[in-house]
Amino acid sequence: MTHKTVSVGGLSRVEGEGALTLRVRDGRLAGLELRIYEPPRFFEALLRGRAYTEPPDITARICGICPVAYQMSACQAIEAACGVEVTGPLRDLRLLLYYGEWIESHALHVYLLHAPDFLGYESGLALAADRRDLVERGLALKKAGNELVAAIGGRPIHPVNVRVGGFYRVPGRRELAPVAERLRRALDQALATVEWAASLDFPDVEHDYRFLALRHPGEYAILSGSVATGDGVGFPVWEWPEHVTEEQVPHSTALHARLDGVAGYLAGPLARYALNSAQLSPLAREAAAGAGLGPVCRNPFRSIVVRSVEIVHACAEALRIIDELTEPEAPAVPVEPRAATGHGASEAPRGTLYHRYRLGPDGLIAEADIVPPTAQNQARIEADLRAVVEPRLDLPGDELAALCERAIRNHDPCISCSAHFLDLHVDAR
Amino acid sequence: MSTPGRTVVVGFGGVCRGDDAAGIEVVRLLRGTLPPQVALVENRGDAAELIESWSGADLAVVVDAVRSGAPPGTVHRCHALAPGAGRHLGSHGLGLRDAVELARALGRLPRRLLIVGIEGADFTLGAAMTPAVRRAAGALADELAERFTRPAPKAEGPAEGRSP
Repeated sequence: MTHKTVSVGGLSRVEGEGALTLRVRDGRLAGLELRIYEPPRFFEALLRGRAYTEPPDITARICGICPVAYQMSACQAIEAACGVEVTGPLRDLRLLLYYGEWIESHALHVYLLHAPDFLGYESGLALAADRRDLVERGLALKKAGNELVAAIGGRPIHPVNVRVGGFYRVPGRRELAPVAERLRRALDQALATVEWAASLDFPDVEHDYRFLALRHPGEYAILSGSVATGDGVGFPVWEWPEHVTEEQVPHSTALHARLDGVAGYLAGPLARYALNSAQLSPLAREAAAGAGLGPVCRNPFRSIVVRSVEIVHACAEALRIIDELTEPEAPAVPVEPRAATGHGASEAPRGTLYHRYRLGPDGLIAEADIVPPTAQNQARIEADLRAVVEPRLDLPGDELAALCERAIRNHDPCISCSAHFLDLHVDAR
Repeated sequence: MSTPGRTVVVGFGGVCRGDDAAGIEVVRLLRGTLPPQVALVENRGDAAELIESWSGADLAVVVDAVRSGAPPGTVHRCHALAPGAGRHLGSHGLGLRDAVELARALGRLPRRLLIVGIEGADFTLGAAMTPAVRRAAGALADELAERFTRPAPKAEGPAEGRSP
């Protein structure tokens, strides 16, 4: 038989929905397309004509998993346009909020979405039935993240306390005490998570990734920094449009990103770890070393270990910040609009999230541009898929489909940020 | 978070995808109308948070938008403690049904769980709620408000029975 057709619907355990098609002809891979049906630039269009104060709340709606990332990139882009930089305790509070989101998002992915792949379960639910201890640990970690986000952001999902210039209200030390208490337990659970994740079986795969992440002189970059790549390219965030271009591809309504003309770079935990692992907190560095991670990890299956290390870092840093936090003079610094363009980027759990706003003299948004990490990673995820699929085209369709799903889940694509429906079709003839 | 004997009403869904906001709308309409032992929660699609909300509750009512092919505004109800009940047809990564099954596996279901699905028609990003769905949300909020404020000896969930 030279031609066969296999169709698998419903790619599971990814955030959001999209579609993947493999075309196999005469035993060779003739085409591979990760299709993302993005509501084309809906939010960017929606933002035009809105007040400069609105993007943090509007763009937070793009994603239920990483609203803080949207808020932070949006705030910083607008503040940059207005010539304001938020520093000191207000910046620390932003970091705290962001660490909360990392903990929430990573705990969900590690335990409920990614772990079943390694332990031979079809879902997090099936895993919970057998390994209640593991799933409860994941949920406890996630809850610690939710509580941190709620304490700073006003509620655990889609925080309402963020504004351009800072916050509407700043929590007092007493409000943070129970959060810190839970974070201390979470830190132990995070360390146990790294140990457990390191003990999983990983396929022996390495890809020659071109990494892209923010880099910050004083911290493992999460809230801000300049853009760095593994091959030595570096540029400030305001030069993003000169380096990162987006192009339409026929099979997807999400745009494919190119870095200096080359498609297929990787953003996200592996990139952050490769570029910045020396800046992890001492506990996280220790955990990484104990887990056998070198300074760079090119095996996407091991991203579960890197995410776990990042949870340790987030818990440890959040505790340090709470311990050292001083009260800001005001919940926000004044930000007056002016006709200018501002760029902002931060490290969403899934990778670098870039925002650009052009403000008119009336303080209204004339133009908005948002580049989410999953859209940046889409071409690279396709490359991972090609590498995994090509030598295994003779596998039965369902096994091939399962392998594809794993290769996609390694990168925790948040397709709801950039897409709508995800079904998997293997069209082999 | 889990007070024995308490009731929680959760609106589940997104607010910028048209009729997906039906559950959230019900909770918003209920604000200020219920006694303090009835907690109101807006959940934008976080299954784990849902489990936290109902852990230890006596009765949880979860209102979500559904898509089954019925006319818009049709209200489906099911008691979700039977395995496989409460199938969720929304667009969330881990949905309501996942939350029910996960809570079951973890022994963290509420004592009684009523899932109310409001049939939606338009889930487009940025769409307004369909008038029939908005009316259904209003009627359901009225029904729940009446049920939970009525001086009855024991609060029951709203009208029972499976979806048609």
